Amino acid sequence: MTQTVLAALLSHWRRKPGQLATLIIGLGLATALWTSVQAINAEARASYDEASATLGGGELIILTAREGRIPLDRWAEIRRDGWAASPVIEGVLMAGTSTFQLRGIEPLSAPAGSAATLPADDTIGIDFLTPPGLLLAAPETVDALANTDLDLPPLRASASVPPGEIITDIAVAARLLGRGEEADAIVIDPQSRRGATPLAQLAPDLERNTSSAGGEVAQLTGSFHLNLTAFGFLSFAVGLFIVYAAVGLAFEQRRATLRTLRALGTPVSSIVIALLIEAAVLALLAGAAGVILGYIVASALLPGVAATLRGLYGADVSGELAVRPQWWISGFAIAIAGALAATGQSIRRAATLPLLASAQPRAWAMASTRRYTQQAAGALLLLSAAGLIPQFFSGIIAGFAMLGSLLLGAALILPPALALVLRLGEGLVRGPVSEWFLADTRQQLPGLSMALMALMLALATNIGVGTMVSSFRLTFEGWLDQRLAAELYVTARDEEQSERLRAWLEPRTDAVLPIWNSQNEIAGRRGEVYGIVDHATYRDNWPLITSEADAWDRVAAGDGVLVNEQTWRNLGLVIGEPVQIDAHPPIRLVGVYSDYGNPNAQAILGLDRLLELEGDRVSRLRYGLRVAPESVAALGAEIEEAFELPANGIINQAQIKSFSLSVFERTFAVTAALNVLTLSVAAFAMFASLATLASMRLPQLAPVWALGLSRAQLARLELVRAGFLAVMTWLIALPAGLALAWALLAVVNVEAFGWRLPMHVFPADWIRLAILAIIAAFIAALLPARGLVKRPPRAFLQVFAQER
Amino acid sequence: MLLSVDQLEKSYGNGEERQPVLHGVSLGLDTGESLAITGESGSGKSTLLHLIGLLDTPDAGTILLAGETVSKLDEAGRATWRRDKIGLVFQQFNLVPSLTVAGNLALQARLAGKHDAAWINMLADRLGLTEFLARYPEQLSGGQQQRVAVGRALAARPALLLADEPTGNLDEETSEDVLDLMLELCSDAGTALVMATHSQSAAGRLSQRAHLTGGRLS
Repeated sequence: MTQTVLAALLSHWRRKPGQLATLIIGLGLATALWTSVQAINAEARASYDEASATLGGGELIILTAREGRIPLDRWAEIRRDGWAASPVIEGVLMAGTSTFQLRGIEPLSAPAGSAATLPADDTIGIDFLTPPGLLLAAPETVDALANTDLDLPPLRASASVPPGEIITDIAVAARLLGRGEEADAIVIDPQSRRGATPLAQLAPDLERNTSSAGGEVAQLTGSFHLNLTAFGFLSFAVGLFIVYAAVGLAFEQRRATLRTLRALGTPVSSIVIALLIEAAVLALLAGAAGVILGYIVASALLPGVAATLRGLYGADVSGELAVRPQWWISGFAIAIAGALAATGQSIRRAATLPLLASAQPRAWAMASTRRYTQQAAGALLLLSAAGLIPQFFSGIIAGFAMLGSLLLGAALILPPALALVLRLGEGLVRGPVSEWFLADTRQQLPGLSMALMALMLALATNIGVGTMVSSFRLTFEGWLDQRLAAELYVTARDEEQSERLRAWLEPRTDAVLPIWNSQNEIAGRRGEVYGIVDHATYRDNWPLITSEADAWDRVAAGDGVLVNEQTWRNLGLVIGEPVQIDAHPPIRLVGVYSDYGNPNAQAILGLDRLLELEGDRVSRLRYGLRVAPESVAALGAEIEEAFELPANGIINQAQIKSFSLSVFERTFAVTAALNVLTLSVAAFAMFASLATLASMRLPQLAPVWALGLSRAQLARLELVRAGFLAVMTWLIALPAGLALAWALLAVVNVEAFGWRLPMHVFPADWIRLAILAIIAAFIAALLPARGLVKRPPRAFLQVFAQER
Repeated sequence: MLLSVDQLEKSYGNGEERQPVLHGVSLGLDTGESLAITGESGSGKSTLLHLIGLLDTPDAGTILLAGETVSKLDEAGRATWRRDKIGLVFQQFNLVPSLTVAGNLALQARLAGKHDAAWINMLADRLGLTEFLARYPEQLSGGQQQRVAVGRALAARPALLLADEPTGNLDEETSEDVLDLMLELCSDAGTALVMATHSQSAAGRLSQRAHLTGGRLS
């Protein structure tokens, strides 16, 4: 019997293929956006795990020469002893005023997950290893290099290489940098050791450092992935609105069929089972489509994400997507969960459908004032919860709970708010067409509300995330300008060289600012303490969020300390109160500075005070140099020549800025892509609802047509209605979006990263978005409106015939 | 006796707004007989049919079908009886719009597990629907749709056919046509017929008549 019921129910879709397509596309899109984010996260986690497993969850050993460079013979000697070792050359490639970091690697011997290897998604071809060689660089770096007059081997764009960096074979790098048979470092995987001589014995003359990987990276990138997941879920929720609307409309259209089936003796249980099977089949179909589409979206986004993770956290994530069960199973699971969530109400209504009430296919459209009042009350409750959550709870989960309440509350309040505006409008307008237009729009609201809520969510998210990103960019750029006041940054190989370097630099620069530091516990948390000299560079440029009036004087005098914002917020430190650094006598906190992008605790002391407290534990290798901007490149070249510093030992301000900004842009490129996709999904929701409603609206339109409005006039009014609803939705989305931006900047970012950003508003972006929303609504309404114009008068007349 | 109705009572609404619709209605019908229930609008004809058709439950009184008390059955039990023993024809046809004529004709028989292709083909032939089997209800005239509804109701060979104003939406000629077919097929199948109608001429075609006035039989 269930089979017969199922066949009767499914026959509806055969007659309404457009509606079926809407449902599958809606659920498919929702699943796709969710799956793509899950696939990206799964790929990243797999890469972290792989790195962690390869390195035993531990560290790579990096050998450097105490002075000068390491002859390649030493590398051969270490390899012969059984160690998996690989040489690396690093240097600066100059082209006019531009500089590029050049890294030469020996890919066949490089340990996985190390700086000595290729980015995870780049494969080694014979062209990489044989003359004339191959240079791998980010697309923008390839463009920049193409415009120089350097004689370079062929270039290949790789999205996985950070901007400004070039990777090539070690022999090619040596030739381009004019080096001999020398390496800057030898990278060793300690897990590879098989009966080899201890390194201390084998290479006592080389300095041993370590580089961590794996688990630590996973920890650092946690917030990034959480953000992606939250965005994926939001996109899924927007898509779910489409499904909910499509399923709701299908139920209304099949209400009479369900009642007939019941009258013919079909038990409720058979109908419920058939509806559940139908939902499951649709979910599987849409899930499959969504998983495939999600794979395509994730494949397109992954290289950008991989580059971001590499740039931001040094995490090496493959840019090539593997089909992993955890994300495609999760895709199917959420498709089924989404289908059940969307169909749950329809199934419940089918189960309780009164057998004798007359079939009213438009009954759903008559949402009562009571229903709107209840919905508005629910919305206000959620909005209040959003306001109260940060007062009573903390943590990233509470932050997202707040965002969820805010968005859901704003979405729920939309239909009652629109109904109220329309009702008020009805009292104000003059003229029968205007009155009918507003009343008819109000009557259509229940059928359109899901799509409008989806559009509202997409618009609010766009405004919110857009405001956050733009505020971040503005603050970040300003902060970089202030923070990177020195024109050139140099790092010596050792302290002896550092002293020589300082003495050499003094007469050649306007100022040499030591950036010396030590590893300490700051108020009980591991971090770094920097020592600085008293110089106008700091007083004039360093952005202090809050401070005592004489903060810089106190730091210079050695009786005050500055801490970074994340330490101040996370530990709840108070200006004027003492801060404990290791076991030293506490020092008064006199100020807090912004420190975007740093996950660790940091403090600044006067240099003399730091040396007094820490003595030999202070690393005295780095300097910031103040020089005229035009002499930066020349000075850099002179330093390199005189001191043979490694490439990362000399970094100019413009390089750091452009790198930081390009990392920033890439970080939010994914967000922007998801933003556009979410908006597209919402536009599709609008189209789907309007198209479905168009087929059911004839009984409302026929009388007006009969009274003298032409089909073309009615079609124009349909377009005006879509535009009007889009504008109204945008108006309500605007405060919701700004509240979302505030929540992201003031709550979520603080919880996730420890810093709070000032909020800036960008009205031009809002106007652009409003225009986009109106265009999307027009496009969505265009096909149904066209259908109305083309509909023959006979179809209108049939309405009266059927009503007889 | 196939159908025995005894002292049926039914009211709608709550409290002071409660409206009595049927008062102590009793009637009986044997296999193969036909009964017309006439009365003004609001006299309770449809309510009586809904109760006999197990679409609703009486406040008091009993209904016996084929010797079994069916008025006290639960929802699932009533559904089983409707499916297996009763055919229903409505004024509004109530066809499934997404199924073809063939699908609609076979629907109840398939639900009841009594699908007999030869019988259904015969019904389609007798009802003049053979050439329309692949069409959808919206592509048919009102008279043709009602013939599909009659065919669907008889496809499972019910013991009792209930028709609620089956010709109410049809013109005179088509009404005659549909009524003729319905009576003919009921007679051939040995199906008893109860028809609610306000048409005296239609009522005159049936073997028995009962008139409802204010919820009471006269």
